[in-house]
Amino acid sequence: MTGDDSERLITQVRSALERDRAVSIEGEASKAFLGPRADGELLSTRGHTGIIEYRPDELVVTARAGTLLSELDAALGAENQMLACDPPHFGGKGTLGGAIAAGFSGPARPWQGSVRDGLLGVELVNGYGERMQFGGQVMKNVAGYDVSRLMVGARGTLGLILSASLKVLPRPEYTRTAVVAVDRVEACGRSLNLLRKSFPISGSCYVDNHLYVRLSGNEAAVEDASETLGADLEVEESFWDQVRDHEHPFFQGNRPLWRVSLARGSSSHPENCQEQLVEWAGAQVWAYTDDAQSVIELGEGEHATPFRNVAADSSKPIGTEDKYVRRLKAAFDPQDIFNRGMVV
Amino acid sequence: MSNPRVLELFRAHLPPQSIITDRAAVRPFETDGITAFRERPWVVVLPETVEQVRSVLQISRDHGVPVVTRGAGTGLSGGARPIQDGVLLTMSKMSKVIEVDLDACTATVEPGVTNLAISDAVREHGLYYAPDPSSQIACSIGGNVAENSGGVHCLKYGLTVHNVLGIRVQTIEGEELVLGGKTYDSPGYDLLALMMGSEGMLGVVTQVTVKLLPEPPDKRVLLGVYDDLPKAGDSVSAIIGAGVIPAGLEMMDALAIRAAEEYVHAGYPIDAAAILLCELDGSASQVEADAGRVSDIMKTKGAINVRTATTEEECELFWKGRKAAFPAMGRLAPDYYCMDGSVPRHAIGRVLSEITRLSTVYQLPVANVFHAGDGNLHPLVLYDANKEGELQRAETFGGKILEYCVAVGGTITGEHGVGVEKLDQMCLQFSEAELNQFHRLKAAFDPGALMNPGKAVPALARCSELGGMHVHEGKVPHPELERF
Repeated sequence: MTGDDSERLITQVRSALERDRAVSIEGEASKAFLGPRADGELLSTRGHTGIIEYRPDELVVTARAGTLLSELDAALGAENQMLACDPPHFGGKGTLGGAIAAGFSGPARPWQGSVRDGLLGVELVNGYGERMQFGGQVMKNVAGYDVSRLMVGARGTLGLILSASLKVLPRPEYTRTAVVAVDRVEACGRSLNLLRKSFPISGSCYVDNHLYVRLSGNEAAVEDASETLGADLEVEESFWDQVRDHEHPFFQGNRPLWRVSLARGSSSHPENCQEQLVEWAGAQVWAYTDDAQSVIELGEGEHATPFRNVAADSSKPIGTEDKYVRRLKAAFDPQDIFNRGMVV
Repeated sequence: MSNPRVLELFRAHLPPQSIITDRAAVRPFETDGITAFRERPWVVVLPETVEQVRSVLQISRDHGVPVVTRGAGTGLSGGARPIQDGVLLTMSKMSKVIEVDLDACTATVEPGVTNLAISDAVREHGLYYAPDPSSQIACSIGGNVAENSGGVHCLKYGLTVHNVLGIRVQTIEGEELVLGGKTYDSPGYDLLALMMGSEGMLGVVTQVTVKLLPEPPDKRVLLGVYDDLPKAGDSVSAIIGAGVIPAGLEMMDALAIRAAEEYVHAGYPIDAAAILLCELDGSASQVEADAGRVSDIMKTKGAINVRTATTEEECELFWKGRKAAFPAMGRLAPDYYCMDGSVPRHAIGRVLSEITRLSTVYQLPVANVFHAGDGNLHPLVLYDANKEGELQRAETFGGKILEYCVAVGGTITGEHGVGVEKLDQMCLQFSEAELNQFHRLKAAFDPGALMNPGKAVPALARCSELGGMHVHEGKVPHPELERF
């Protein structure tokens, strides 16, 4: 199903405003496990789908918010291209709008950037019911404040995203994963080199005492790097999608899972927690524990957030510890109609 | 205007050498890189510490005095032009490298550190800071954050927003915001992204943590020579379409080539209609493979000659002409007006034709230098300010170019910012609702409108006076064009 459902969506927002009701934005609900649930009437982007424009030689794709990431991947793949960022699909159902609202990134993040890095423009409806366009389809654009990127990770609390333009890259001509059996300490040391050396890296993952490094580029460059890294095992390319989408066996079950964001080159790994999967050359850690904050010593700016199955999770995605966050919310959505309850 | 009470308070908090009020001594500060806009500030302050910055902001707020923040003053849109009754807060004395973290591959610096000084500080470790605006010898990292600066290598390595991991910002209300750091993300709204390119309207940057990249092992620059401008334009799309992402992809037209060649003798062919400079970097085998493909594409698309630079010296020589393109314009005309529109790559040909047409209409020559890889055009309108009406004609001409850029789906500024220069064109690019949203956003950080007032976002009254408010879903300029 492909279609422009924007008129209905805007009408629903305006109607909610008039009736002073809140709306809860939802695409395919692929990230419904993330707390908390927003209050309000369902505002569904499911019918607002489809690619609006895609020109391979512009390296940009523009699509409606409800478009499945898998649909984007297929369209780009047909032209031997891919999204520059690599957001998780979760259950194969993630949408473009949801990827922006959540702001998560897959294993390629340190080398290829995040959704925020790859976002060029958005069309949105603010809390006044106004349809607005920020950014655009060009790579470089500094006219006005960067409202587009402000939407990334805002969990839909600043407005309803109608469509967005994302940067696209050519698919690498050759990809290989170098796998080495190492312990945790050794993996830390090797991970540092992944930032410091000019290897053609496009992903890293440490799990089950193995460090996986994805290398992408021309064949000779990839093979050179693979040899230097001392690869001794082969792995299917689908391994990376499984890690990104949490379909890897590590993510099975319903134990409490935390996401820990560490500094680049950090050594403050959660030592008291045995079960970990580590991405981003050490900077993103997935850990099974009842309370990550009590087992991990976090440095400045580092943070641990409950991700799945964490009991009594009362955290809010958008904290308002400082007044600027509250004022910013009010600047976009003064009646607090979008995803009420997500902001403290 | 002078405000004795405010001055007295500044003197109580800042050392004497950090306060300039002498009329002659403030003169160097009356303009930034765009000298057509001048205003002499009544006081220039040059704090040496964050504490002093906070004092300046607090005193200014308490007395309702506007604050214009300035880095190195190399900006190209008048964003740091002083305000007559305002304080000019100049950050150049805060120029220490605070920390280089080799594990994290980051550098944490004060805002007055120059762009190039960051790379200089880490070169011995085989690292560098990627964004490289042409003014990188002089421009400061704080200014780069304020403008979200680009450069010739941002096609592959991104803009300032992609290369800064964290900043500290002082607000006019006296808070310090610690945004980002060495992590890849932070909980809550991405205020770090919002501050990038905010042109000193939301706060004052007092510390910046940047990402450092390993120097690529190999590098090569190709120079494609064309007897026809559109052929060079086609090559750009073809190179990108073939799956090559060059580190830099720059184009110059005949007038720019001749001016640059006469100025620095880079070895450019002076009878060419266009040249394309393509830098490739990465591992030796990657560079070798890409260079072969790019060379083939250039020839297929009609390049009459493709030259390759492989040594550091040869590469530098190829770039020398491009980097000297702006100063070289001085040989062609006493003044030039540099535009900064950004358009989809497929529209480059059409935009160039329109610029040529407008050049005839306004009877002013124009040289084109641009970051072709990312569609960022820098048409340089040549004029003589001493000739009656020429400045005004150049400005109108420039405005028309930007209108056309918006009409083909582009933007009025790719990397130079709006400042005071492009306020009128903002009315074309944004609707009333969008401009109002910008004003509310600013008010969230600066309710008293004291930070760089009157810049970056036009007042609605200004737009309605122009009668040029952008109309969504209705009539737009150049209705004959396809939008996408």
